[in-house]
Amino acid sequence: MSEDLSSLSAEAPPAARHPGASRLSAGARRPLGWVERVGVLVAYHWVLFKRTFHGALVSRFLLPVLFLASMGLGVGSLVDESSGGVDGVPYLIYVVPGLVMVTAMNVGVGEATWPVMGFIKWNEFYRAMLHTPHRVLDVLLAHWVMIAFNVLISAGAFMVVAALFGGVDSWWSLLALPVAVLVGMAFATPLFVVGAKAANDSIYSAVFRLVITPLMLFSGAFFPIENLPFWMQPVAWATPLWHGVELGRAAFLGGPVPDLWAVHVGVLVAYTLVGAWFSVRAVRDRLVA
Amino acid sequence: MAPDLLLTARNLTKKFGDFTAVDGIDVEVRKGEAFGFLGPNGAGKSSTMRMVGAVSPVTSGELRIFGLDPETHAQQIKARLGNCPQKDLLDEELSVEENLWVYGRFFGLSKAEVRERATELLEFAQLTERRADKVEHLSGGMKRRLVIARSLINNPELLLLDEPTTGLDPQARHILWDRLFRLKRQGVTLIITTHYMDEAEQLCDRLVVMDKGAIAAEGSPKDLIARYSTREVVEVRFDADDHGAFADSLSGIGERMEVLPDRILLYADDGDAATAAIADRGIDTLSTLVRRSTLEDVFLHLTGRTLID
Ligand SMILES: Nc1ncnc2c1ncn2[C@@H]1O[C@H](COP(=O)(O)OP(=O)(O)OP(=O)(O)O)[C@@H](O)[C@H]1O
Ligand SMILES: [Mg+2]
Repeated sequence: MSEDLSSLSAEAPPAARHPGASRLSAGARRPLGWVERVGVLVAYHWVLFKRTFHGALVSRFLLPVLFLASMGLGVGSLVDESSGGVDGVPYLIYVVPGLVMVTAMNVGVGEATWPVMGFIKWNEFYRAMLHTPHRVLDVLLAHWVMIAFNVLISAGAFMVVAALFGGVDSWWSLLALPVAVLVGMAFATPLFVVGAKAANDSIYSAVFRLVITPLMLFSGAFFPIENLPFWMQPVAWATPLWHGVELGRAAFLGGPVPDLWAVHVGVLVAYTLVGAWFSVRAVRDRLVA
Repeated sequence: MAPDLLLTARNLTKKFGDFTAVDGIDVEVRKGEAFGFLGPNGAGKSSTMRMVGAVSPVTSGELRIFGLDPETHAQQIKARLGNCPQKDLLDEELSVEENLWVYGRFFGLSKAEVRERATELLEFAQLTERRADKVEHLSGGMKRRLVIARSLINNPELLLLDEPTTGLDPQARHILWDRLFRLKRQGVTLIITTHYMDEAEQLCDRLVVMDKGAIAAEGSPKDLIARYSTREVVEVRFDADDHGAFADSLSGIGERMEVLPDRILLYADDGDAATAAIADRGIDTLSTLVRRSTLEDVFLHLTGRTLID
């Protein structure tokens, strides 16, 4: 144990040790601008991301391969044989944008459920962040940036695999990536409210059973919603996934810009922003009481 | 405000709904002081510390830290504070040193700065050998030391320690007291909460006894003992379940008596004389023990309860 602790004290002349490092010297410290605040918190999530990357890599590439093999090739050969694809589009080309958006949703949801409850309730690490010069908004923004990045990587990985299967045939398909990020965030930010308010994580199984799984099946990812009973179609219109699938499919087909593109984007942005607004409030109520 | 006042609280109040956790306290802490909040579970110590740490809004009253209002200057305050909360709030998946690094980065310190400070602080907390271990695998006391080390990463001028030694074994506790003492000598102002009276006596220049959200007394440990207790105490035990039955037989010995379920405390400046008086009356005790008064006795006198219930 060192006898000399002078370096630990507020009175140590920091300038001699770190020239210009006014964040370690007594008195007012050089403040962090908001970009820097979010940046240093993102850096923490990046550390976590790197730790779990290898495990995630498997699921991010293996799952798409399985999906594409069964849905795209298996189901696709049936569909193409019996009816010449969907509206003349080979089923593989039809289903890949749907699967990209489903992937985006799954990653957004996955990152915004148990991990969020961990930070709020289990290790309460959000609280540790709030003990440093950060506000609830900084803490959440940083987490959202990381989730958006995660969605982007996953959707991108899926598209790379799909391209190897022959499921991507236009550069316009790349436009599906920002849409995928929006889809992921449209699901993620509202789920932060759940993480902040729920007493425990049993709520999440209900979320998956009642929301995520039905949405995956009935949002036009695998077949046109026109094939649903008429009363179910408005349900699809209300969900972010359908809007993402519509935009993504248009990008993949490289066809004309869909008439309602602004509505689709607007719905996704609205879900994201409204979710963000309520989650800042909910997390603040929970952690800054 | 005088420049050497790091903390001033006037009529500081914290409510959770209808419940008042902190009930209009007045506190001043000067630069270089070690100041304590001594009180039992639920006294409002942590609620106070969270307001001072600028992580919990003040319900009413006035609070200034470094002369700044936490409502408007939370960031500036937190940049200069060290915060060791009652709960560890560590990322157990990360290693010991990673926890220090990421936390230091939250303050906007450079990679080089956090690495250098982390090395020093690991030494300070005697965790250098465990630096690469996952926090998950540390003992409770080691985690506590890590949290204290982490709270020093930004070279704070004011260090908030909410029950810093809970979970530490006696030896680790004494080493930590020694460390904190040295920090204090080097000019770091300490605010400590504890329900251990020996910790308060060892560390604090000045303290407040807190109970049910209010301050019951304030002063140096010595002052408080002089003011609210006698120099010595005789602890008398009987071979009986109900000690209250013996109170009458002891009355008149010493200046004051406290009857507890398992013993009777007689307050007297001369403990030996009091013990002799008990023997003179021919009272059949199981044991008598003379000891010096402590803050525990102060607390008992002020609230009628023991500190650790
Ligand atoms: N977020 C909260 N919501 C509601 N009540 C709270 C909250 N935080 C604390 N309290 C209540 O306020 C009172 C004071 O709690 P506090 O944690 O400040 O006590 P303490 O002195 O730190 O006790 P301990 O020694 O157990 O840590 C308690 O009755 C507690 O239940
Ligand atoms: Mg407490």
